[in-house]
Amino acid sequence: MAEAVDLKVVGSRPVRPDGADKVTGRAQYGADINLPNMIYGRVLRSTVAHARIKSIDTSAAMKIPGVLAVVTGADFPQAESGEIGGEGGGDVADVAQNVMARHKVLYHGHAVAAVAAKSQSIAEAALAAIKVEYEKLPVVLDILEAMKPDAPLLNPNCFTKGLPEKQTKPSNIASVMTLARGNLDEGFAAADIIHESEHVIPMAHQGYIEPHACTATINETGQATVWLCTQGHFDTRAQTAKILGCSVADLRFIATEIGGGFGGKTVVYLEPVAILLARKSGRPVKMMMTREEVFRATGPTSGSIARIKVGVKKDGKITAAKCWIAMEAGAFAGAPCGPAAMAIFAPYTIENFKVEAFDVLNNKPKVAAYRAPGAPQSMHCMEVALNEVAHKLGMDPIDLRMVNAASEGTQAPYGPKFPVIGFKECLEAAKKHPNWTKPVPAGAGRGFAVGFWFNVGMQSSAEVHINDDGTVRVVEGSPDIGGSRASMCIMAAETLGVPYERVRALVGDTESTGFCNVTGGSRTTFATGMAVVRACEDVIAQCKNRAAATWGVDADQVEWKDGKVVPKPGVNADLKPLSLAEIAAKSARTGGPISGRASLNAQGAGASFACNIVDLAVDKETGKVDVLSFTAIQDAGRAIHPAYVEGQYQGGAAQGIGWALNEEYIYGKDGRLQNPGFLDYRIPVCSDLPMIDTQILEIPNPNHPYGVRGVGETSIVPPIAAIANAMSNAFGVRMTHVPMSPPRVLKALEAASKA
Amino acid sequence: MAEIHLWGALRPAADGASVVSVDAKTIRELFRKLEDAYPGMAPHIARGVAVSIDGKIYRDSWQTELPEGAEIYLLPRIQGG
Repeated sequence: MAEAVDLKVVGSRPVRPDGADKVTGRAQYGADINLPNMIYGRVLRSTVAHARIKSIDTSAAMKIPGVLAVVTGADFPQAESGEIGGEGGGDVADVAQNVMARHKVLYHGHAVAAVAAKSQSIAEAALAAIKVEYEKLPVVLDILEAMKPDAPLLNPNCFTKGLPEKQTKPSNIASVMTLARGNLDEGFAAADIIHESEHVIPMAHQGYIEPHACTATINETGQATVWLCTQGHFDTRAQTAKILGCSVADLRFIATEIGGGFGGKTVVYLEPVAILLARKSGRPVKMMMTREEVFRATGPTSGSIARIKVGVKKDGKITAAKCWIAMEAGAFAGAPCGPAAMAIFAPYTIENFKVEAFDVLNNKPKVAAYRAPGAPQSMHCMEVALNEVAHKLGMDPIDLRMVNAASEGTQAPYGPKFPVIGFKECLEAAKKHPNWTKPVPAGAGRGFAVGFWFNVGMQSSAEVHINDDGTVRVVEGSPDIGGSRASMCIMAAETLGVPYERVRALVGDTESTGFCNVTGGSRTTFATGMAVVRACEDVIAQCKNRAAATWGVDADQVEWKDGKVVPKPGVNADLKPLSLAEIAAKSARTGGPISGRASLNAQGAGASFACNIVDLAVDKETGKVDVLSFTAIQDAGRAIHPAYVEGQYQGGAAQGIGWALNEEYIYGKDGRLQNPGFLDYRIPVCSDLPMIDTQILEIPNPNHPYGVRGVGETSIVPPIAAIANAMSNAFGVRMTHVPMSPPRVLKALEAASKA
Repeated sequence: MAEIHLWGALRPAADGASVVSVDAKTIRELFRKLEDAYPGMAPHIARGVAVSIDGKIYRDSWQTELPEGAEIYLLPRIQGG
């Protein structure tokens, strides 16, 4: 691995390469693609939450002038079962049925048919003309109700996995994840204080601003080209191929600019439908979801109920901890139980613990990944419990965590010993931070909580092409969501020893560059960055060979130094160093264009920790909460472009604040979503947020050339608990139901005044 | 002979054992021998299992060697969002 010392470009803050196009409207997002003869696709969605489809009559729709194609579940092949991968990804056969219902609808908004027409208004009229006959089935929305043995079953072929005995009775509990160590009874018996509580977090949406959109066209040989807003065009191509039963070679996927994904754009919804409509109509088909469709039918994250029990000695040492958590999967299995269970106790050294996490089906949309999937839900209850314990002990909440903090060599609750991690450094930074040491504003409350996420590596490819003037072109396959183009340029510039301005990055499509997994899992700067550095090292090796050949010396007599090939000491002092530009200018005579490439499966991602400090005030007349200050401290490993890293911290904080204070899916008893729009599903806007202060810590990951850990997800883990703890400190009432929206705050205040 | 620590979902396939001993030099050989000795693990391995070797987590890295005396854990694979 390269030594991350004396860095010249890494850690700088150049202007983002996509910024001008985005602020001037030139950047092309999913809905901006227009092709000659293009028509418009729309999806008919279920009006009921659970029903058998008795019949679908599309004959009237097809007779409407301008309607060119209709598809239903009958037009799709039977997809074979198989893992799609990723939290909320689930099984291919399930995703296929989520894309288009076959025999049953499982939630309000489930796709049942689609049309393509010459205009959007004709498509709308065609949807209205489709007659669907439903046989309604009982609806189950509540997690605990869905877990009961006599609950209405969503899938009669669902048998609980993860139990010691093979299950023979179908259940809405798709799986159970259990982690345990030590002896709980002995641990709790040794405790001086035991805290127990139950916490509810509702289903919430990622809230990306850009709705899902794609455009598909089919050429004469049957190959489909699809433009789409996605976190990973290679992965969504693979999903689409499996759903349609075709070869990936028949699909070219081109990622447009993307207006947010946060995990929710790692799976397909429209793409297979658009391809079928394009095949049937013989015309390019554009499909764009409305905001209502986004809420009703795409990736929320799991709601959860969690029961926590923690035993602690008077000195703050945790003796035992136990958590039971049930998480909504929605219509198909795939709640993020695994990471929820593995993350909850990760920051702490605990000898005796047990976690049970349940993946529960109910009549809501199939969940998708959302930043650190499962960790905010599970860690929330532990972080709240620790603050209650600190309060009872009269102990500083940071000190309590420091007593139990994991560090290098601690046996992580999910198994192995931690390598180098930065949790204690986060706590120390928080303890010293002026936003912690300053007095709490009058009438306000201060909260503290920590977060953890694993981060991942996975597969990435990169190419580095050297132009004949020595400028550099990087081609990656990772859609740029949080600044990958800038980060790749920085790492290439650093490795090649050239100024940042001489490097340009491009996101290639599935036909023009090597495979990359999704931009997700906080992996891109780590894994694709590693591929870019390796590709640059390939370029350097070629440059050394060419310089040596030019000089008539052996390749082992030259070395790379500060962006130039130089003779090693003692070789020939008269040889003048050759820069990348000088070598590139002669490339035609020394072997042709200089290009480096690398494809890898990046191993050794580094876990990251974060903590939040929040001050807030509660208006006791309206129940409105004002966040007065918010501080996000997190270990980045190495901040390649610190401004983007700060943006990730601030973005995670903003989403966490929204989830904590206002965001939730609200259903009627009939299973219809009541708030599928931004007026009623209230994400934070600028006026809801203070300036979010950030502090980047750098405890390098030894497995990355520049020490990167990944920063995209950990930031959303602590905010909910930090805000809940601040609320408790602000008015002495512990709220156990998120979001802490004005009606719930007023109710809690009223209950407190009566008590 | 390496000691392999199993997470909960794999233990039923190993008669409830939390640790099994396997003579393997690489991750590929480890998986092959686990499948032979404990056929119930095969579906999990087919879906994907991460391997932690002395705290460094590997995913789909068959050629990686298992050093003598290393701490080895099999883990569910995480992807994230």
